[in-house]
Amino acid sequence: MIAPLLEVRGLGVQYGLGGGWLGPGTRRLQALQDVDLVVPEGRSVGIVGESGCGKSTLARAILGLAKPSAGDIRWRGWTVDSADRARMRDMRRGLQVVFQDPFGSLDPRMTAGDSVREALDALEDTGVEAECRRRVEAALVEVGLDAGFASRYPHELSGGQCQRVAIARATVVRPRLLICDEAVSALDVSVQAQIVNLLHDLSRRHGMALLFISHNLAVVRHLCEDVVVLYLGRVVERATRDALFTSPRHPYTRALLAAVPEPDPRLASRVVAATVTEEVTRTPPGAGGCAFAPRCAHAIDRCHGERPPLEVAGAEHLVACHRWRESASA
Amino acid sequence: MNTQPLLDIRDLGVEFDTADGTVQAVTGVSLKVMAGECVAIVGESGSGKSQLFLACLGLLAANGRAVGSARLVGEELVGRTERELCALRGTRVAMVFQDPMSTLTPHLRIGRQLTELLTDRGLLGAAEARQRAVAALHSVGIPDPESRLDQYPHELSGGQRQRVAIAMALIAGPELLIADEPTTALDVTVQAQVLGVLHAAREKGLAIVMITHDLGVVAGIADRVAVMYAGRIVETADAAELFEAPAHPYTAALLASVPRLSGSQPERLVNIEGQPPRPYEKVPGCPFAPRCPSARDLCRATEPALHDGGNRSVACHAPLPQGWVR
Repeated sequence: MIAPLLEVRGLGVQYGLGGGWLGPGTRRLQALQDVDLVVPEGRSVGIVGESGCGKSTLARAILGLAKPSAGDIRWRGWTVDSADRARMRDMRRGLQVVFQDPFGSLDPRMTAGDSVREALDALEDTGVEAECRRRVEAALVEVGLDAGFASRYPHELSGGQCQRVAIARATVVRPRLLICDEAVSALDVSVQAQIVNLLHDLSRRHGMALLFISHNLAVVRHLCEDVVVLYLGRVVERATRDALFTSPRHPYTRALLAAVPEPDPRLASRVVAATVTEEVTRTPPGAGGCAFAPRCAHAIDRCHGERPPLEVAGAEHLVACHRWRESASA
Repeated sequence: MNTQPLLDIRDLGVEFDTADGTVQAVTGVSLKVMAGECVAIVGESGSGKSQLFLACLGLLAANGRAVGSARLVGEELVGRTERELCALRGTRVAMVFQDPMSTLTPHLRIGRQLTELLTDRGLLGAAEARQRAVAALHSVGIPDPESRLDQYPHELSGGQRQRVAIAMALIAGPELLIADEPTTALDVTVQAQVLGVLHAAREKGLAIVMITHDLGVVAGIADRVAVMYAGRIVETADAAELFEAPAHPYTAALLASVPRLSGSQPERLVNIEGQPPRPYEKVPGCPFAPRCPSARDLCRATEPALHDGGNRSVACHAPLPQGWVR
């Protein structure tokens, strides 16, 4: 069997909290725990959840920017290990990222062309100068910027144009997987649609997989074939797009979907009715029980004492809830 | 029946003096808000939607100035002194902003901040003001309001802070609340709570101007919608009609470019090509013409006026036919 492009098994990430002048703190925040994730070649996978659920930490761990405390990350079946330089280089080229802030991700002193060129020079053994320039131009044209943009600086560009440059910089080396961490969240609605379409076209054209991290469920529904829902660092539900959006099983997923206001006054009355009462409370690491139980309308004693494992709730559908059968019909 | 508008904005413009010359942020906007009504102002970054209302309240940056007229129950606001405007703010018109952390003062207790307006203006004594603060927190769904009064802003979550900011805005019983992107910084489940609080306030007769880019939020709360583009209102209509059959090509494109959670899924979202004009760019004709699929020569030459058609006004030479369904 061919190994999937990216495979994450039992991933845990902890951050140290506090500390201060007396030395490092002993309190730790479990940002991610027991996270499993598979991204096959060419597949688009969405990661959704609210602030603090660990979705950006997941991206950072995959990119090697946050150190896992447990579990492993495999790139094409090979466990990521910074000691193996040749393979790290292969992964760095095959795995690229676009972040939320389009201005923050570009060097203000470099032209758009130089920013794209830098990625090319760093990740490939570039040879002929003319060929490099042609590829930089082609990358900019592919993201919808004409070649004249190569000589512009970030301050001369709009947010949407900067994000296109960031995408050109990430895709000039033809990565196999593009991680998008809230890549369209800072953009205006009309520009957001342009970038969503661009990501869709690029992934189709080159068979490039997407790991699309977003709090915007409607964008994820539009762009992703598989969806993973995170709640306080754990996967609570994982399913194909159709299964997740037509028959969500976890009470949190349902609350999340119900809370999204739809741009249609005929559907609007349900919004106010569907609120979750309490706000997120973090239970200390190691505490038993389901993390969502304090906010869950369906919670019973068992939910507070015993953590529900991910179980099969349908074809390609996993849910971590003791009561998904009962609550789904409620 | 009282038909005098609560807020009557006529031909209001906002200009800023900058190093690159005068920037026209808002151009000739007219808009009425009736008592108890919720009007949503929709637009993208730089469309002038916030500056329009900051101008009404005299809160523009030092290099900005308002021209034209904005009347609050017949009383002119433009050109009033800071002292006169200050007396109106909080008691007659209140404002809630996007970031609740910068609305609240970090080193003062919640109770002190809530009661400040009441006690400083001599509206209530300290004990009564405190009681009013407890009631205000209760009405925005903050659990255990009594003990919250002695807490500091950092002890509250983002959603709670925004609800405190709303309680603070409403504590002196204003007739009009201007809410500028009040839920943009919040998670969706928290956003739903805050929208619930605004709904409840509306049912008690409060008029709300909801400034937002989120069409979902608009659909849930607004009676009427004004769509802004490049500092102008390009369309106003009753909310249900606007969503059902937008008349301005920009409104239609905006609605079509939003991905949805229900219904059929298009392969691609509808794109509005190009970018909104920057404030210092002067575009002849209709400001949307360079991006408009149905622009004609007339559109590029002459700016269309906002035709007042009763419930619906549209500033377009070639509005979409009514009955047109997206």
